Amino acid sequence: MTELSQVNAPIYEALRRFRRMRVVPFDVPGHKRGRGNMELTEFLGEDCMNVDVNSMKPLDNLCHPVSVIKDAEMLAAQAFGAFNAFFMVGGTTSAVQSMIMYACKEGDKIIMPRNVHRSAINALILTGAVPVYVNPDVNKQLGISLGMSVSQVEQAIRDNPDAKAIMVNNPTYYGICSDLRRISELAHAHGMLVLADEAHGTHFYFGECFPVTAMAAGADIASVSMHKSGGSLTQSSFLLMGSKVNADYMRQVINLTQTTSASYLLLSSLDISRKRLALSGREIFAQTVEMAEYARSEINDIGGYYAYSRELINGDSIFDFDVSKLSVFTLPVGLAGIEVYDLLRDEYDIQIEFGDIGNILAYISVGDRKRDIERLISALSEIKRRFGRNGADMLSHEYISPVVTETPRKAFYSDKVSVPLKESAGRVCTEFVMCYPPGIPILAPGELITQEIIEYIMYAKEKGCQMTGTEDINIERLNVQV
Amino acid sequence: MELWFTERHTPNVKFSIKVDHQLYSGNSEFQRIDVFDSKEFGRFLTLDGYMMLTEKDEFIYHEMITHVPMAVHPDPKNILVIGAGDGGVVRELTRYSSVESIDLVEIDELVVEVSRKFLPTTSCRLDDERVRIYYEDGVKFIRRCENKYDIIIVDSTDPFGPGEGLFTKEFYGSCFKALREDGIMVNQHESPFYPEDAAAMQRSHKRIVESFPISRVYQAHIPTYPSGHWLFGFASKKYHPVRDYEPTKWSMLGMKTRYYNTQLHCGAFALPNYVEEMLKDVE
Repeated sequence: MTELSQVNAPIYEALRRFRRMRVVPFDVPGHKRGRGNMELTEFLGEDCMNVDVNSMKPLDNLCHPVSVIKDAEMLAAQAFGAFNAFFMVGGTTSAVQSMIMYACKEGDKIIMPRNVHRSAINALILTGAVPVYVNPDVNKQLGISLGMSVSQVEQAIRDNPDAKAIMVNNPTYYGICSDLRRISELAHAHGMLVLADEAHGTHFYFGECFPVTAMAAGADIASVSMHKSGGSLTQSSFLLMGSKVNADYMRQVINLTQTTSASYLLLSSLDISRKRLALSGREIFAQTVEMAEYARSEINDIGGYYAYSRELINGDSIFDFDVSKLSVFTLPVGLAGIEVYDLLRDEYDIQIEFGDIGNILAYISVGDRKRDIERLISALSEIKRRFGRNGADMLSHEYISPVVTETPRKAFYSDKVSVPLKESAGRVCTEFVMCYPPGIPILAPGELITQEIIEYIMYAKEKGCQMTGTEDINIERLNVQV
Repeated sequence: MELWFTERHTPNVKFSIKVDHQLYSGNSEFQRIDVFDSKEFGRFLTLDGYMMLTEKDEFIYHEMITHVPMAVHPDPKNILVIGAGDGGVVRELTRYSSVESIDLVEIDELVVEVSRKFLPTTSCRLDDERVRIYYEDGVKFIRRCENKYDIIIVDSTDPFGPGEGLFTKEFYGSCFKALREDGIMVNQHESPFYPEDAAAMQRSHKRIVESFPISRVYQAHIPTYPSGHWLFGFASKKYHPVRDYEPTKWSMLGMKTRYYNTQLHCGAFALPNYVEEMLKDVE
């Protein structure tokens, strides 16, 4: 057998071989290569249905990989500079949850910034781990949460020497990185694992001008959204592990919640995308950055808008910035980010990633074309001309320090009662409230509801943010502890 | 031997011209460019396989997209032309001595180069001293212009490919901003006949109506375009294309044209009922 290298894509190659074998399917899936569901086949295409197959000997099995999936995972680990890599088919959510469930048992402490994705706090409900929140620094002007400062992490470690792990966003949704190297050193010196949420950092592994990757910084585990900047299909991700992680135990943890019918569409998309990035990722992301930089300078030329970048770096809570992110502060043109987000879609047929109170984020990737970038810039210019107002009296400050009174798990499973949002001040919330995207909780289970939070939720609703998380679909009532 | 150029007007309709020989074929950063010679239509230019112009019928398109706004505006001095690398619009514009400047913005330099070499009929006046050529995306160029032009002529290709930005609301809004307070924008408005073209036509009409206080549509008959029935958009800040039109004034210029005349100017704004209905649907 010849040695495998990055030009190989073992799962993809196995699927192609398998297709040529013309095996007669008396197994699931029941659509039988699409023949049993022609409308779907016409919609998705025969090639796609043909490889929507079940695990079997020639194609390996994600729950217990011994052949082509194992090879593909080995190649992925190499490409990302990791000791081991696992293919994940439940989104980066499942990767984040798996790494927390690996690190923490019930009652174990985990240090994390409060601006984590909801998947991390979900994992706390599942495991019963106890969060120790480090309040991220906030940029008051932009109203965005930043990274964790090293001194705050140090303090959290001193106060909680028994914590099992530290979780770090690398980067945040807005592209901001903490000093992951230093934090990893500190954590390891105190026997703690370092877990990195790299949902927005896949490209860091394939470019010259990007912040340090979790694996290079010495983090133990990283969850990487290959489907975001990496080009694979939605819901497919990688879990990367360093040398100190017991990968076989990790697989058992993953198998607690992962499907036993992993989609080969997702698996092959990971395999092919890994190959593509390993072979030409550097050129791909150089182009992406060039487009983002161009858009940034043109948007800043419009006036009013502020498309920010590396000038924000402060050596600590903004240790580094991901220049492929196109984040724009919109309040100076008198419009909330969410308003600009809605106008772009409703008036100009342009869909961007998200808008919050003060900012919008347009996701730039190699799939973008120069002429579409021009459209985005022109649309922003037109929005300013047609809808711009005096920027006064806009609420800008976003981050509200939570008051945690109960672990997320206890609160989530406690006896609860539904009360109107406006009358909920002083109660302990038992559910999430968040704007989606970005999916960072305003309230998490176990946190005290304050007047400030209620006002913020009402303001965000009024501005048209898409709010999620609560049992009441209209977010007019909240579940609180009895 | 028979060599034919064929363009699909719909998945079920083809339009073919017998080619005598091919004069040029090349790829730019943006598109494939071909020039053919034919017995029936003379030389013709195609971009990505779509007919742009033939020597035989280009006069219809170029006269109608140029003289209609030029005859309505009382004193057009500064003109912006977007697209139109073949030079046909510029050729018509340079016939007006009152025009002081013509800015031509073409995204694809190779189109101009190829037109200069193989299509002298249209490119003949590109060297007029009032003409300045900018090779950039029209969407980008116009973003920075404010209160600068009397007339903008949008001679775009189709609403897909390199020209698609020229059918967007952000572009029409930028044109509004770039025009003086009595400015006029005229655009290639697609065809109302085949469903896909008609949908594009309605989409751009909707966007123009939302961007300009006066927005009318006029028609011409162009044999080599899909269905032959073609529309132009007339968007204006102040002047109505028929009510504010002074035919005598234009006639006094003594300009010889082959398609356009003062009666046809008014008649072109009278549209078939089915077209009126399509336009009303989105107004």
